[in-house]
Amino acid sequence: MKKIKLVLETGDEYVGESIGYDIDNIFSLGELVFNTSMTGYQEILSDPSYCDQMVVMTFPLIGNYGVNKDDFESLTPALKGFVVRECPPEGSNWRNEYSLRELLKRFKIPGIAGLDTRELTKKIRNKGVMKAVLVPENYPAQSVLAALSRSLGNDQIERVSTKNPIHFPGEGKRIILIDFGYKKNILRSLLKRNCDVVVVPWNASLEMIQSYRPQGILLSNGPGNPKDVPQVLPVIKELQTLYPMFSICMGHQLFALANGADTEKLKFGHRGANHPVKDLALGKVFMSSQNHGYSVTNQSINNTELEITQININDTTIEGLKHKKLPAFSVQYHPEACPGPEDTGWLFDDFLATIRN
Amino acid sequence: MPVHPHLKKVLVIGSGPIVIGQAAEFDYSGTQAVKSLIEEGLEVILVNSNPATIMTDKETAHKVYIEPLTKEFLLKIIHKEKPDGIVPTLGGQTALNLAVKLEEEGHLKRLGVQLLGCRVDTIQKAEDRKLFKELMQEIGEPVPESRIVTTVEEAQEFTARIGFPVIIRPAYTLGGTGGGIASDETELIAYATSGLAASPIQQCLIERSIAGFKEVEYEVIRDGNDNCIIVCNMENIDPVGVHTGDSIVIAPSQTLSDKEYQILRTSALKIIRSLKIEGGCNVQYAMDPHSFMYYVIEVNPRVSRSSALASKATGYPIAKIAAKIAVGLTLDEIINPVTKKTFACFEPALDYVVCKIPRWPFDKFVKANRRLGTQMKATGEVMALGRTLEESLLKAVRSLELGVYHLELPEWKNKTIPEMMIKIAGQDDERLFVVAEALRKGVTAKEIHELTRIDYFFLTKIQNIIAMEKKIESAGKSIDVIRDAKRMGFCDHYISKVWKCSEEDVYNFRKANNILPVFKMVDTCAGEFESSTPYYYSTYEKEDEVLESTKKKVIVLGSGPIRIGQGIEFDYATVHAIDAIRSMGYEAIVINNNPETVSTDFNISDRLYFEPLTVEDVFNVVDREKPIGVIVQFGGQTAINLAEPLAKRGVKILGTSTDDIDRAEDRKRFEELLRSLNIAQPLGITVTSIDEAVEKSAHLGFPVIVRPSYVLGGRAMEIVYNEHELLDYMSRAVQINPEHPVLIDRYMIGREMEVDAICDGETVFIPGIMEHIEKAGVHSGDSIAVYPPQTVGPDLLKILSDTTLSITRALNIKGLINLQFVIYHGEVFVLEVNPRSSRTIPFLSKVTGVPMAKIATKAILGESIIKQGYFHGTLPPKDFVAVKAPVFSFAKLSEVEIALGPEMKSTGEVMGKDKIFEKALHKAFVAAGVIIPDSGTILATINDLDKDEAVRIFKRFYEIGFDFLATEGTAKALKAAGIPVRTVARIGEAEHDIIKEIKSGRVALIVNTISKSKNVESDGFKMRRIAVERGLLCLTSLDTTEALLKTIERNTYTMDSL
Ligand SMILES: Nc1ncnc2c1ncn2[C@@H]1O[C@H](COP(=O)(O)OP(=O)(O)O)[C@@H](O)[C@H]1O
Ligand SMILES: Nc1ncnc2c1ncn2[C@@H]1O[C@H](COP(=O)(O)OP(=O)(O)O)[C@@H](O)[C@H]1O
Ligand SMILES: [Mg+2]
Ligand SMILES: [Mg+2]
Repeated sequence: MKKIKLVLETGDEYVGESIGYDIDNIFSLGELVFNTSMTGYQEILSDPSYCDQMVVMTFPLIGNYGVNKDDFESLTPALKGFVVRECPPEGSNWRNEYSLRELLKRFKIPGIAGLDTRELTKKIRNKGVMKAVLVPENYPAQSVLAALSRSLGNDQIERVSTKNPIHFPGEGKRIILIDFGYKKNILRSLLKRNCDVVVVPWNASLEMIQSYRPQGILLSNGPGNPKDVPQVLPVIKELQTLYPMFSICMGHQLFALANGADTEKLKFGHRGANHPVKDLALGKVFMSSQNHGYSVTNQSINNTELEITQININDTTIEGLKHKKLPAFSVQYHPEACPGPEDTGWLFDDFLATIRN
Repeated sequence: MPVHPHLKKVLVIGSGPIVIGQAAEFDYSGTQAVKSLIEEGLEVILVNSNPATIMTDKETAHKVYIEPLTKEFLLKIIHKEKPDGIVPTLGGQTALNLAVKLEEEGHLKRLGVQLLGCRVDTIQKAEDRKLFKELMQEIGEPVPESRIVTTVEEAQEFTARIGFPVIIRPAYTLGGTGGGIASDETELIAYATSGLAASPIQQCLIERSIAGFKEVEYEVIRDGNDNCIIVCNMENIDPVGVHTGDSIVIAPSQTLSDKEYQILRTSALKIIRSLKIEGGCNVQYAMDPHSFMYYVIEVNPRVSRSSALASKATGYPIAKIAAKIAVGLTLDEIINPVTKKTFACFEPALDYVVCKIPRWPFDKFVKANRRLGTQMKATGEVMALGRTLEESLLKAVRSLELGVYHLELPEWKNKTIPEMMIKIAGQDDERLFVVAEALRKGVTAKEIHELTRIDYFFLTKIQNIIAMEKKIESAGKSIDVIRDAKRMGFCDHYISKVWKCSEEDVYNFRKANNILPVFKMVDTCAGEFESSTPYYYSTYEKEDEVLESTKKKVIVLGSGPIRIGQGIEFDYATVHAIDAIRSMGYEAIVINNNPETVSTDFNISDRLYFEPLTVEDVFNVVDREKPIGVIVQFGGQTAINLAEPLAKRGVKILGTSTDDIDRAEDRKRFEELLRSLNIAQPLGITVTSIDEAVEKSAHLGFPVIVRPSYVLGGRAMEIVYNEHELLDYMSRAVQINPEHPVLIDRYMIGREMEVDAICDGETVFIPGIMEHIEKAGVHSGDSIAVYPPQTVGPDLLKILSDTTLSITRALNIKGLINLQFVIYHGEVFVLEVNPRSSRTIPFLSKVTGVPMAKIATKAILGESIIKQGYFHGTLPPKDFVAVKAPVFSFAKLSEVEIALGPEMKSTGEVMGKDKIFEKALHKAFVAAGVIIPDSGTILATINDLDKDEAVRIFKRFYEIGFDFLATEGTAKALKAAGIPVRTVARIGEAEHDIIKEIKSGRVALIVNTISKSKNVESDGFKMRRIAVERGLLCLTSLDTTEALLKTIERNTYTMDSL
């Protein structure tokens, strides 16, 4: 059994079993976050929004059903480390192709197992998200400190976004999916509804987008701080006046920024499959799949053209916005699910309906 | 939405007596729900016939009625109380069925009472297989193909179309009698034939068998605003084909990917929405292990055993929330009672693995058919939490109290692989253990999987445990290995066996090397939100989360899984003890492992530790909490048995000392005690060989009552009438040798009496004395008990009181004591003394108004009985009569003998209370589900010894209009007494034999006292089983028969012509 060490910014150290990529002389640095989903580790691992993060899974048994070819949310996982209580050598499920350990190795992601992940989770909850490194067990203390002092940069979106437009033909409405690090199931959700989808890079120009003669725009999820990409705000501002627009997660935050609202970093974010979201117009609550570290500041909405449509039941943070005059709306969570509940898939239908009208 | 404004007063219907399939979980749900409704400002009226529950405590609701759960009695209560609404979803199938009846017959409408939480058409759609199928088809949810058939040909036709295997389910039979899974034509014909024969309406449902699919359950909640959540999903280790109640269950599911999880989740929401349930609901699925295909097996539109399990598994109190929803609240306005910061509208996230294992009654019913199938057989269950599956599985195994502490059964250690494979294919209660043994012997996971369809994931976990065993064996005293083993859930007992040392040595080794458990909190949110739930489980991790407190603490041990002989009564006493401890200003800490009960509701105590009740696990908590002491006398035999080993480890046992407990329980020392007090006891001997048994028994005088100190597969106390029977018993039931002596007592046939008393070491207070209807020889737990005694005079009662006082004092009892007596020829003999809480505590507490367990607890903690306002002596009897009657679950257990004897067989109890004895008795019978005939035919077959008495009783039946069918000898006796009777042929002796008669439906009551003659007896057995399976009343004791007669006599008129 190979050992590996997780060191937190606070100085806390955890030694555990290495379950992923062998890092013999190097370190892996990331922002340490936790996710409370009990299923869906493959989707989580491959969600580009986790770029430069290390994920602690709070459920202790991860890897049970292995890895299959269908459940990737992107081609290349972008996270920096995976932290679990236990990970079996083999998975058991009819779709299983190889083990979670194998996946981590293939994509060069270091992983650690065997530690008290509940304690770690509570640490993050109490101290807030923080940087952490995974290093070989006997990595020099000095080097650990050096590694931890490095910055994570602010180019995550650029790194995970497509470099070139990609066209996914369909018979229905043409939707431009602006890729800040989109999850495949957003695309699938559109294709399933017969859309003709063009995925364009995060920094696509207005002209380029218009050249596809879109009928609707979808701003995707993505990693990092929305304030890292101010250059997209004018484009969004313009696009919303031209086409119906729907935004998810990072897209939602950018939509808010573009309309003059503000965003803030949450202490430890929302990551899990059980977050209750109340739709204020419907008066109903939906379970949502979430993964975000930033949120739109409640008060910042006041002097904008935006209106709050949905809130989180637990901490009353903003979960949904809409433009008061334009056919543009957004949600902070993931209506495409994968992983997580499928309660809000109807939002895609709502979006497409605004196009028809 | 707030509570519906028109609701002021609601009636909650309980679930009645504990039977297999409907047990303590409804006391937990009901109690929780009632509290929750009171919180909302409602006036709550409760009705339930089961006195052994916390739910029926006076303090639980505004008004509590312990009355039979029948339409008639319910209507009386409704008339009297005029509630605005009825909550029928908390009392299991019983309450649902009653509600449907009331509604269908128009009573609710007429009386202006609203049905809350569930509409009648919903209940029908969920319960009626045909309506359910139609609804599923309507909303596009898959159900297995099926067809109702009335002939074997139709069954063949259908099967020819869909292919084998199919499951045959006879309509309207109890216990799935006659049905089964057929995998070829021969089996189909056999099952279809037997199924049609068993069905009173000659009807079966033939359904595609989906045995082998993964069985997964979802617990769903919906509110009136259509908000829906999943509280928890659970995966059965045993695939479809074994009832979920009999399956080993893991929460959350482990082998479903998110896709599969969400497919079923979405389906569950769709179903609860289409049924418009407002409250909790359970949906059972069969999931194809090889595709995304699934089937809906069943929906329960109410709280259930699974919802209790899910509540304990997640910390999310389903019943509490469901009750609030039933009266109008919505999920997003109810605070999450666990975090107190978030709302009830979320889906719990677990960061541990939960394992539930059923507890079956096969240790009591040695001859029962142990094969598990589509009909539940378990009486109770245990649950364990751990950070790995191995850990929770092993913790659950040692919670079962089967005398094993690890995944192994000693008797399977030396069996051959083919023997094991046959056993495994037999799909019985021991399958898990034998699977482990087979894997240990080198059988591959693949072979086991092919035989059982248990997922490889689970088999691998068992293999991990086995690999660790090998490591421990080969590693010597390695710190690392032991740490890993403990993290995997291994117990010290197992390690001590490998190391050939004492358990304490292992503990000392661990302590020296700092391998000690920590306690983690169950918080519904996997640590995401701060929470201070006082609900913990042990595990071997880094951080301990127990909140420090400076208060003085007392630990109370619970009674573990519900089993025959140790039922919900002990949970009742445990909960009362907790209350009393808290009222004295101490912190009350509970250790227990039964997910069904009130004591394991974390709101009940200051801290709940969900742990196995073994010395090691209890000691861990003691070590952590440092209480002033541990109370063992409320948790039945489970807890009492831990007293001595805990004391040996230096734990202070509060209440009666371990030495005095031993003086009551050790046969020799107890005999000495009684001798010194000059109190009589049936003469008894201890023998170590068959010859000795024969010789000394003759000396003692037959009949004798024999009990082995060691039995193969269960206790087997029996009454034997002569040497011949004694020899038979000796060869059949026991192992006898100097290590395993057999105890023989004179069987004193007389009136059995029972007394419970409380003592603080000085003052002895007796709240009441109970008289049994059935003579000694029928186990006290199976007898009808009457308070106050009806046939015993004041002199004898005084002797009983005095004897109780002197024994209690002599034993220095601090707390409760239970004594059983027999009155033989006017003299009092002591049968047994239990230095602990007993089965009769809830009953006696309720009828006398003396909260016995509370007084006892306070006495234990130093508040004298006098100071509590009671006195030395016996409380005068009340001016009413209360009757406690046993309830059995024989229909669920095929091949089990129903005749009453000295071994307990009942699973639950009911109470009837009224001004006079016959009325109280009548209520008790009705509450127990007895359909009391007021005329008709009695089928009698009576043992020679009982004939005189029987004739006397039958004469009275005759006088009020009954007629008789009897087997030859009995018929002769009846005729001789001038009672007209038709003789009926023994089985197979004529075309129209006794079985045909029973099946004809003309028999209203069977009275059959058991005889030991072999061939006659096997006939009798068959007859009794058929009676049970057809729901026919069959009495095996003349005392019960006479009691029934009395209630009938009161309500009928004699039929004499001039
Ligand atoms: N079509 C079927 N084929 C095989 N087994 C089945 C089938 N339907 C149900 N079962 C098994 O029978 C058990 C009991 O069935 P269920 O309808 O849930 O009855 P109950 O009302 O007693 O819970 C289930 O838990 C499942 O394991
Ligand atoms: N010597 C005896 N004479 C008559 N009946 C007896 C005698 N011993 C036991 N019994 C009957 O057997 C039942 C069970 O015996 P008991 O010693 O109380 O065992 P348990 O520990 O199961 O309660 C009693 O309730 C009583 O009816
Ligand atoms: Mg069921
Ligand atoms: Mg007894």
